[in-house]
Amino acid sequence: MNEPSAAAQKPVDAPTKRGLFMSFLVVGLQGFGGVLPFARRMLVEQRGWLDDREFTEVLSLSQFLPGPNIVNVSIIVGNRFRGPMGAIAATLGLMLMPFVIVLALAALYARFADLAAVRGATNGVSAAATGLIIATGLKMARPLKGIPWHIVMCALTFIAIALLRLPLLWVLAALAPISVAIARWMMRR
Amino acid sequence: MIPSVLAELAWQFALLSFLAIGGVNALIPEIHRRVVGMEHWMTDTDFAQAFAIAQAAPGPNMLIVSVIGWKVSGVLGALVATVAICLPSSMLTFAVAHIWDRFREAPLRAAIQYGLAPVTVGLVLASGYILARTADHTWAAFAITGATVAATLATRLHPLVLLAAAAALGVAGFV
Repeated sequence: MNEPSAAAQKPVDAPTKRGLFMSFLVVGLQGFGGVLPFARRMLVEQRGWLDDREFTEVLSLSQFLPGPNIVNVSIIVGNRFRGPMGAIAATLGLMLMPFVIVLALAALYARFADLAAVRGATNGVSAAATGLIIATGLKMARPLKGIPWHIVMCALTFIAIALLRLPLLWVLAALAPISVAIARWMMRR
Repeated sequence: MIPSVLAELAWQFALLSFLAIGGVNALIPEIHRRVVGMEHWMTDTDFAQAFAIAQAAPGPNMLIVSVIGWKVSGVLGALVATVAICLPSSMLTFAVAHIWDRFREAPLRAAIQYGLAPVTVGLVLASGYILARTADHTWAAFAITGATVAATLATRLHPLVLLAAAAALGVAGFV
């Protein structure tokens, strides 16, 4: 009797496949310039499917594994509640509307690219979106401050990819093991 | 028989799927290197436009892959490219999610996350650099990029507001 019941461990009603699909569909429609904040709001604040700590764990695993982070989040969450079919339902929900909308935009652009206003708008958006990525990179770089070997690894990666245009596979194969080995060594001390 | 360009799309993006640590933002230089440099599927200008279109749509920023697929081989190409960039990494995530929790306390897991962080940051910054070189052909475009960086770091403005403002400047003929 002292064992916690299943209900106590999972206070939330496990979402159905349909629920997963619909919730991630809404997340996909909201996310401009990054879906993760909207995914967090839905999962933690609105549905209560994950608590803060669980979300951070799911996110860190998603970022650690290759692939689009938000897709990995939908796979892990869908799988946790409804197994493989849940993972598929969540991911399809996430991708469906953005995919349709981006193709509609691409088709519209192809149709109206001759108009100066359309070209101008695209150039403007592309310049601003570039700024968003640079700002994201700079924000991510803040925690590296004060850790000299982090700054060196970051700089080496940047030089190899941006300036030397080396293939990503080579760069990762060379730098990732070195960086992890240094991390291991620094953490042991 | 599968048209060879579809097979090539599937192969290229499935490979990239495994290399996408730090998400698709970190992958832009490699996508550009393959799509523009090696395969000659599109020009620099096409690439910048594909990126802009992807950013103007809601959803994950991996949509640039869908637009590239569409440009290369229509709706089917978009579908093939999108599935190819998602599927291999998703299968891996699915497999690893089952065993990952067992290694929650493992020092190697912490070392991997701590060690890969600066590499990921370097990749995202490289993406910004490559995009600026690809997209910003005019001083006005450079200025918009710089202003967006400043606004993002200094204010809490929603990214969509910044994209809309830049689009308005473009429509008005400034870019």
